[in-house]
Amino acid sequence: MTLAPIYLDNNATTRVFPEVVQEMVPFYTEQFGNASSIHAFGEEVGGALRQARRSLQALIGAEFDHEIIFTSGGTESNNTAIRSALAANPKRTEFITSKVEHPAILSLADWLEKHEGVTVHRIPVDNEGRLDIDAYRAALGPKTALVSFMWANNETGTIFPVDGLAELAHQAGALFHTDAVQAVGKVQIDLKATEIDMLSLSSHKLHGPKGLGALYVRKGTRFRPLLRGGHQERGRRGGTENAPAIIGLGKAAEMTLATMEQDLPRIVALRDRLEAGIVSQVSHCFVTGDRRDRLPNTTTIAFEYIEGEAILMMLNRQGIAASSGSACTSGSLEPSHVLRAMDIPFTAAHGAIRFSLSRETTEAEVDRVIAAVPAIIDQLREMSPFWSSDGGKAQFNPEYA
Amino acid sequence: MWDYSEKVKDHFFNPRNAGALEDANAVGEVGSISCGDALKLMLKVNPETEIIEDARFQTFGCGSAIASSSALTELIKGKTIVEARALTNQDIAEFLGGLPPEKMHCSVMGQEALTAAVAAWTGEAVDEDDHEEGALICKCFAVDAGMIERAIRTNKLTSLEMVTFYTKAGGGCSSCREPLEELLADVNAAMVADGTLSAAEAFVFGAAPAPTPKAKATGFVIPDLPPAPPAAPAPLQEPIAIQPIRVKPVTAAKLPPAPAPAPAARTSAQEAIAIARILEEMRPTFQADGGDVTLLDVDGNRVSVEMTGACAGCQIASLTLGGLRKRIREQLGRDFIVVPAPRN
Ligand SMILES: Cc1ncc(COP(=O)(O)O)c(C=O)c1O
Repeated sequence: MTLAPIYLDNNATTRVFPEVVQEMVPFYTEQFGNASSIHAFGEEVGGALRQARRSLQALIGAEFDHEIIFTSGGTESNNTAIRSALAANPKRTEFITSKVEHPAILSLADWLEKHEGVTVHRIPVDNEGRLDIDAYRAALGPKTALVSFMWANNETGTIFPVDGLAELAHQAGALFHTDAVQAVGKVQIDLKATEIDMLSLSSHKLHGPKGLGALYVRKGTRFRPLLRGGHQERGRRGGTENAPAIIGLGKAAEMTLATMEQDLPRIVALRDRLEAGIVSQVSHCFVTGDRRDRLPNTTTIAFEYIEGEAILMMLNRQGIAASSGSACTSGSLEPSHVLRAMDIPFTAAHGAIRFSLSRETTEAEVDRVIAAVPAIIDQLREMSPFWSSDGGKAQFNPEYA
Repeated sequence: MWDYSEKVKDHFFNPRNAGALEDANAVGEVGSISCGDALKLMLKVNPETEIIEDARFQTFGCGSAIASSSALTELIKGKTIVEARALTNQDIAEFLGGLPPEKMHCSVMGQEALTAAVAAWTGEAVDEDDHEEGALICKCFAVDAGMIERAIRTNKLTSLEMVTFYTKAGGGCSSCREPLEELLADVNAAMVADGTLSAAEAFVFGAAPAPTPKAKATGFVIPDLPPAPPAAPAPLQEPIAIQPIRVKPVTAAKLPPAPAPAPAARTSAQEAIAIARILEEMRPTFQADGGDVTLLDVDGNRVSVEMTGACAGCQIASLTLGGLRKRIREQLGRDFIVVPAPRN
């Protein structure tokens, strides 16, 4: 018997909605002309791009559609925003971010610190992943060019209070950017009501095509392009537009917004059901992140005394796709920097599993996962030298040599 | 995910010999929870014949760690101690139809556990006693020079990346990059001198990294080199004499387990007091590094300590414990195992 696969790894990427694919296809096969051309092959492209831009504008509550610059994805948007802010404010040489950002922020920060003379402040978080606001206030100063905090964390779903964080940045005269790749489509966003200057998003996290993203740049914000070239995107990002993908993202944004009010409460309920179903049956496990303010679709559960990759392989055999903060799956040897920044003990960080739902997730799927997990955990704990069968930690002290 | 062979998957999903072995008489424990994998290998050895009659394991780790442990037990069951100690990590990897290069350290962990279990059986000291000092190369994963050298020799490793894949050394903060490069160069030079590696392949310290063809992460078998002609020693470098790891030959008569040595003529209470004093002397150093270590218990040759602050992390813990152990050994004239108390 083969069971239908269950996809609970939507923070990694999502399935492209069939309607989105349908919308995109004609722009590969018929209206394949360049939006900048005069002839008939491209005459509908310009209009479709405008429509897509407006759909995205509506999803993020931007005041103007030209505040959106299409890019190749979240990574490019983040790189553009950070480099632009530093280049536009040469007298300010400090950059503030957090310890739990995506590598698309952190590895650039490392580079800038090492090679380009930028001072980087990496603000710590507490053990629920909440930002240390006092440390942030202390780091802000007259040299701060840019602050970048993610809207929502990709591993734990913890949400940062970006509105307030942006106001603090402005009080110090700094620009504020947020990596909202995980937040767009999963929380209500109304940029015109905030002081956020720049926001990154990625199409493939909200059922759009991969390799496409956008950077929101508030009107009036000083901006320096990362990619110089043609006049596309008003000279702010050179290169022929990826028209079919942009049109696909527009459709995905439209669909997401249309049913968001019904979808989000349902996703929260399913997530909570999953979480409660697992935690009530399995001992020595706990939910990571800020349970008061989290993405509706995300739960990361740390199972003590066992290792994440082994759990994922067992889940995968039952057709369940999730992901882990464990070192072994990523090819790096240390567990996730996010869980380490939260000071999650090593006994649990190695066994952290992230389940991320989407609006396509069903109750039946959630129930199948709830039914599958306890036996998997038991089986692996039986094999673990750190686990004693009467529950909890075994007396195992391997030699440190 | 990883491209695991069918055999690896089979031994992961259907592990052979998993679980505790109640009447084990030789146990090897390696790794730690903070380092991401750990293995407890339990053997039941027939004292008359020295045949391993049963072997079981308990493993904390990823799929390939569990599969490697399972393979290890299958490989050694029915063998004598002498036969078993000839087993290398290559045998484990081969038995499994290959491991992705990044996962070879799982097979090495198996071999290390076997070495520890055999040492427990014969009563001999673990090899690290053969090293003078600086033996611990990678502090993040507590990997010592002896283990790295064995992995380099057994697997003919010639790049830093491969050393990390096989031993994890250098896979954390990578601050040990330089000593690791030096060790690799030294061991390679010695292998060139023995004729087990051709000079062209040897890693030379300070040389520009040779562009290595990107190995695909699939079944990984190092081709056997044709017996290399006794090549000229690597240029620009004096051949360095490497002290080979000394492994005591197995003695037919089994030594009684850890007899308390008479010469020290100290009662265990006196030993505990001496250890407490050593710890007090060393504490300022730990505190200067932002941590602290306190003595909990001395039981036989096992010293339990509680580590807090910066000392508690994987990185510093092993360094601290190694240093402490060495000091205790120097002052008390016998070996102790220093272990951190379980963190609650
Ligand atoms: C928080 C966050 N930022 C940035 C990215 C990168 O986005 P992209 O894959 O579109 O470059 C991701 C996706 O993994 C993410 O989760």
